[in-house]
Amino acid sequence: MTGVTGPRLAVALDGTGWHPAAWREPEARPGDVLTAGYWADLVRQAEAARLDFVTFEDFLSLRTPSDSTVRTDVVQTRLDAVLIASRVAPLTSHIGLVPTTVVTHTEPFHAAKAIATLDYVSSGRAGIRAQVSGSAEEFRHFGRREPEGVDALFDEAADYLEVLRRLWDSWEDDAEIRDVATGRFIDRDKLHYIDFEGRWFSVKGPSITPRPPQGQPLVAALAHIPVAYRLAARQADLVYVTPADRAGSASILAEVQEAQAARTGDSLHVFADLVVFLDETAQAAADRKARLDERAGAEFTSDAHIFTGTPAELADLLLDWHATGLSGFRLRPAALPHDLTAITDGLVPELRSRGAFRTGYEAPTLRGLLGLSRPANRYAA
Amino acid sequence: MTKPRKQIHLAAHFPGVNNTTVWSDPEAGSHIEFSSFVKLAQTAERAKFDFFFLAEGLRLREQNGRIYDLDVVGRPDTFAVLAALAAVTDRLGLAGTINSTFNEPFEVARQFASLDHLSAGRAAWNVVTSWDAFTGENFRRGGYLPQDQRYSRAETFMRTAWELFDSWHGDEVVADKETGRFLSNPDAGAFSHHDRHFDIQGRFPVPRSPQGRPVILQAGDSEEGREFAAATADAIFTRHGTLEAGQAFYSDVKGRLAKHGRTNDQLVILPAATFVLGDTDAEAHEKAHEVRLAQVSEQTAIKFLEQLWNTDLSAHDPNGPLPAFDPVVGDSLIAKGRASVRMYRDPIATAHEWRALAEAKSLTSRELIIEVTGRQNFIGSPATVANALDDLVQADAADGFILVPHVTPGGLDEFADRVVPLLQERGSFRTDYEGPTLRHHLGLEK
Repeated sequence: MTGVTGPRLAVALDGTGWHPAAWREPEARPGDVLTAGYWADLVRQAEAARLDFVTFEDFLSLRTPSDSTVRTDVVQTRLDAVLIASRVAPLTSHIGLVPTTVVTHTEPFHAAKAIATLDYVSSGRAGIRAQVSGSAEEFRHFGRREPEGVDALFDEAADYLEVLRRLWDSWEDDAEIRDVATGRFIDRDKLHYIDFEGRWFSVKGPSITPRPPQGQPLVAALAHIPVAYRLAARQADLVYVTPADRAGSASILAEVQEAQAARTGDSLHVFADLVVFLDETAQAAADRKARLDERAGAEFTSDAHIFTGTPAELADLLLDWHATGLSGFRLRPAALPHDLTAITDGLVPELRSRGAFRTGYEAPTLRGLLGLSRPANRYAA
Repeated sequence: MTKPRKQIHLAAHFPGVNNTTVWSDPEAGSHIEFSSFVKLAQTAERAKFDFFFLAEGLRLREQNGRIYDLDVVGRPDTFAVLAALAAVTDRLGLAGTINSTFNEPFEVARQFASLDHLSAGRAAWNVVTSWDAFTGENFRRGGYLPQDQRYSRAETFMRTAWELFDSWHGDEVVADKETGRFLSNPDAGAFSHHDRHFDIQGRFPVPRSPQGRPVILQAGDSEEGREFAAATADAIFTRHGTLEAGQAFYSDVKGRLAKHGRTNDQLVILPAATFVLGDTDAEAHEKAHEVRLAQVSEQTAIKFLEQLWNTDLSAHDPNGPLPAFDPVVGDSLIAKGRASVRMYRDPIATAHEWRALAEAKSLTSRELIIEVTGRQNFIGSPATVANALDDLVQADAADGFILVPHVTPGGLDEFADRVVPLLQERGSFRTDYEGPTLRHHLGLEK
């Protein structure tokens, strides 16, 4: 960010927020989560605060993997995340849109053109978070095969992302020529078969969708274990990690650094995920969390660090952790819209007052906001 | 008592990757930028069309072993672009062609249910079957599906998707903050389907969408296809656009409805139709000829000949007579990835017919191709075209049309501005939408 040295900020949108009892809060809109207007309101709010991007969670099941059964007391219903992102794209103009796609069950050819199309309808703001699924329930929804071990799932994900990247490059930027004299719409020498052959699938190519505006839309992954760091280092532009504290941040960054030793080109962006409960006083935030936990009947747990406090205290933490070398943070609002509003109207002004967050968007694309170049095409001569 | 006037249904087909689309027109815009999709969809909505339609093709076409480069190449992902169009339109139906071979029911049902929610009840699914290993090379599943299982898989695929849509009844989400009850039924979304094509069970994550399920379109024309459509479709996309062929198809398919417990107004028959307008009929015919010349360039004429002769004709003179030798008959086809090549069931007989026609009318190869391949359906002044469309509908040759403009994205403007008002004056076309969903527009829900 030009002239600004602070962390980049993303918000992870999911249902009515990340706490299972969030939907029962007075401001919550649990009846609206299946409507376009609900998502448009949230994304516009994040864009008004000039956040880098929003993410949309997704699973190919009703219950989330952290719930052992289908429950009638939580919001488990969900829409396809790529469609939500596409639906809000024309209503926004600068914020990045990063839906989750489960790579274990979907077709890489379909996903490549879907994300390329999201990039077209958003004029260069698309990304994808590739998610591996080991859920037996999700395997039964497709019925094609039995779950495999973690290493195999991540190897398959690496192949999937390789196919996405090749398909995005399978058209050179200037392939469309419309040459009336020779009657040719394209120069077919600038379209390329990707000829990918792997253990799980083979994909011939080229894509049916021309190279998207960003060339390569942003690829992100959430990682907790070395095999996931290695996947991110090989194939992603950005990785979400889950340190418990400042020391954890430093040690994860060292692991990521090791994993990406052989990487060429732009280095991997590392964002720390935090679940946030934000109020005007630390006590109020802690009390709200306690109240939500009581309603849920269990203490809230998460893979990510759970922060309760004021926006100013969160700003202190972010700047402190950022100093370990993180690129930014993906904040998971515990309750929507409450904690998103605390981010946009509390945290963002607080960071700005310290010269640590942008006041306007400095680039029209998501890659641009993240300081990533538009990559050269691997197939171009 | 006279019958109430039949109401015409109209849809706008985004110009596709056939030679019908004239990319060389100075007015022709991008086929991939979102602004082109917005422009055509908003024109269709301004004209109160029933829906916007996208075709499908999951592998770039090839001829002579190379990517076919004379027509438009490249298209977006159907679901993503329809979801985006839902943001810039309000009432227009959004129809996508999605095949049942290179997808899984759980995923497609989830995408259509999501699209129906995100468009507040405007989603439609044109169910098609794919056949070829050529397209399969882009997918996990590959090209394993034997041709004789196409309809069996398609039918099972669709019925499985219905089971998923119907796994929610519409009253399960109560979201009662006081009692903490979000779902009224712990079994909401439960499904279990086991047959030779699909062996799946679990919980479908999308509650019942505004239309319950998307409007179902089909394009099958075989005996099997017609029966499948009569049993399951809400609308049929046909090629039978003339009076006689249209009436024959119409009465055949509508006649099959009763045995499936359905009534005539539960299946809408929509031929595809192209059009060329002019201030006068004579001017329109002149323009239509120019359009045909642009659609069949010298290079395109050669490619059409190759599709029938099934051999390399790159040295053939498009402005000379047809090849003097007979087509090469065999299983290996020079053109891949297009449905039309399979229409030449007896290539040698077709070549003889073409040669006889060319000799009788003194046509060059290119002129012959212009003559025998896809001419415009409706040519004339706005009044002539409005009359012709309406007459076909009132005569039960169709219930409406899927219009295929030949220029992107402005090719529907003139029709919207000059023909639609005449249809409205005749009392044959709505002046405003009467309901919020596509099912309302199509008269499937009143």
